[in-house]
Amino acid sequence: MTSGSGPLKTPTAEERLFDSPLRAHTPAVSAARARRFGTWYIAEQVLRGMKGYLDVIIAYSVGNPLMYLVAMGIGLASLVDSNTGGAAFGGVGYLQFIVPALLASGAVMTAAEEFSYPVMSGFKWHRTYYGPLASPISAQQICQGRVLAVAIRLVAQSAVYLAIVAAFGAAPSGWAWVSVFTAALAGLAFGVPMMAYAASIKDDRGQFAMVQRFIVMPLFLFSGTFFPLSVMPWFLQWIGWISPVWHGAELGRVLSYGHAEPLWLSIVHVLYLAAVAAAALVAARRIYARRLEG
Amino acid sequence: MPHTTTRPIVISAKNLTKKYGDFTAVDSISFEVPAGESFGLLGPNGAGKSTTMRMIGGVSQRSAGELEIMGLDPEEQGPEVRAHLGVVPQQDNLDEELRVRDNLIIYGRYFGLPLSYLKPKADELLEFAQLTEKAGSRVDDLSGGMKRRLTIARSLVNDPKLLLLDEPTTGLDPQARHILWDRLFRLKERGVTLILTTHYMDEAEQLCDRLIVVDKGRIMAEGSPASLIREYSTREVLELRFGTERNATVGRELEGIGERTETLPDRVLIYADDGEAALEQVTARGLSPLTSLVRRSSLEDVFLRLTGRSLVD
Repeated sequence: MTSGSGPLKTPTAEERLFDSPLRAHTPAVSAARARRFGTWYIAEQVLRGMKGYLDVIIAYSVGNPLMYLVAMGIGLASLVDSNTGGAAFGGVGYLQFIVPALLASGAVMTAAEEFSYPVMSGFKWHRTYYGPLASPISAQQICQGRVLAVAIRLVAQSAVYLAIVAAFGAAPSGWAWVSVFTAALAGLAFGVPMMAYAASIKDDRGQFAMVQRFIVMPLFLFSGTFFPLSVMPWFLQWIGWISPVWHGAELGRVLSYGHAEPLWLSIVHVLYLAAVAAAALVAARRIYARRLEG
Repeated sequence: MPHTTTRPIVISAKNLTKKYGDFTAVDSISFEVPAGESFGLLGPNGAGKSTTMRMIGGVSQRSAGELEIMGLDPEEQGPEVRAHLGVVPQQDNLDEELRVRDNLIIYGRYFGLPLSYLKPKADELLEFAQLTEKAGSRVDDLSGGMKRRLTIARSLVNDPKLLLLDEPTTGLDPQARHILWDRLFRLKERGVTLILTTHYMDEAEQLCDRLIVVDKGRIMAEGSPASLIREYSTREVLELRFGTERNATVGRELEGIGERTETLPDRVLIYADDGEAALEQVTARGLSPLTSLVRRSSLEDVFLRLTGRSLVD
């Protein structure tokens, strides 16, 4: 047992702690700061935790879509482009067509990950939520802080990804950089509802794997990612309309190569994504508060 | 509950109640704690101690009654109440994704404390908790006692004057417990008010100036460890073992010896001010126990007297 190996009496340690010139600010100041910046403090904690496995994050969030890009955008594209002459994809090459969709779906997949197991862990496995809960931070801020941190991560990973594809000329428009934010918004529109769900389940009985297989993957495949939604049978097109991946991908296409789409439709994409994310945030905050402060 | 003290009251609970559906976890309890006191809630698992602690800690809303912490209502001013506190929860909830030192720094951030304060503070706290060499380690690699010390160090990051400790030494080996008690005692000497729950008698006797004995959400008794023992038990206890089958039947033959007898499955307790004299009476009646032991009364006996049950089952 190493826990008691230190000497029992170490007066210098106490003296240094108790007679230290360091003074914390008053509880009133702590409370006021936590009320105002608590969400940021939690985001800081989440992001610092992510730093511990940065290599995995980079591999997953940038490597993964790049892999699809090489396989589909270069391998498959040469075949597709030579057969269609680009006409099927609004006059652009297949690579340019799928880049914005991979950007959006990459954000959605990361969000699906970040808002599932880590949420369960906060409540149950490592109980990390109960640490800040005992501090001036509120349950709602614990919820919002995670959303903020993941939003920052989504923007960062989308920016890196876009920079890489732009270097290959696959995102020609000057507005392409805006799609970093629309992709992150798509990620939140999927991830925050996922978070509300994850916060509401008490026992892990493989629900997350089911969501991954039967919701995330179909949304990835049937959301106009690899072919326009319009070529799908009509009875499958509704998947695209409810899917944050489709709305995010279409917005990305408009921004990244000027895909022709009525303005009202672009507005619908943004409003739909924002509305879903916002409604889910309201629900998630309530679920967090009920579960943590019961 | 009048107190003849001029120290300000830091916790005041009046008819504090917590219900979960039909179940009443805390049933209208009242107590006050003056600043600088070390106050204990003693009781078996499920007595309502942790629920009471969560209400004091401002993370669980009461169902009825009144509660003031530092003169603030935790229901209305949760962040302000929690900003005063250091909390050591029953289960460690350290951040396993952060290193040992970063756990202290990030926790301090929740109080809005600047890094210029937190970095040197973290080093002082690590030294206090005897974890300096572990500053860069993963939390996972710490022993149970080390995790507990880190949790206590974490609770001190905001210089709290009021420390809540929920079963602080449960699950630790004796040596680790003594180190923790030593650290807590030093904090108490420095005027920090300690509120702790425990189901360990020795812990309550070591650390508490005053305690309430809680069972089924109600306060059974209140006082200092010594006064509770004086009031609810005799000076000494004679413990006799007659073997499992005989313990139950021999009880009647012991009537009249000491003030009171208590028959447990594994032994018979005779409460008497003079244990040796009681033992002589037992042998004079021709009874020959397998083993006999005379000891001082403890809080365990108080609890047994009050509830008819042992604390640790």
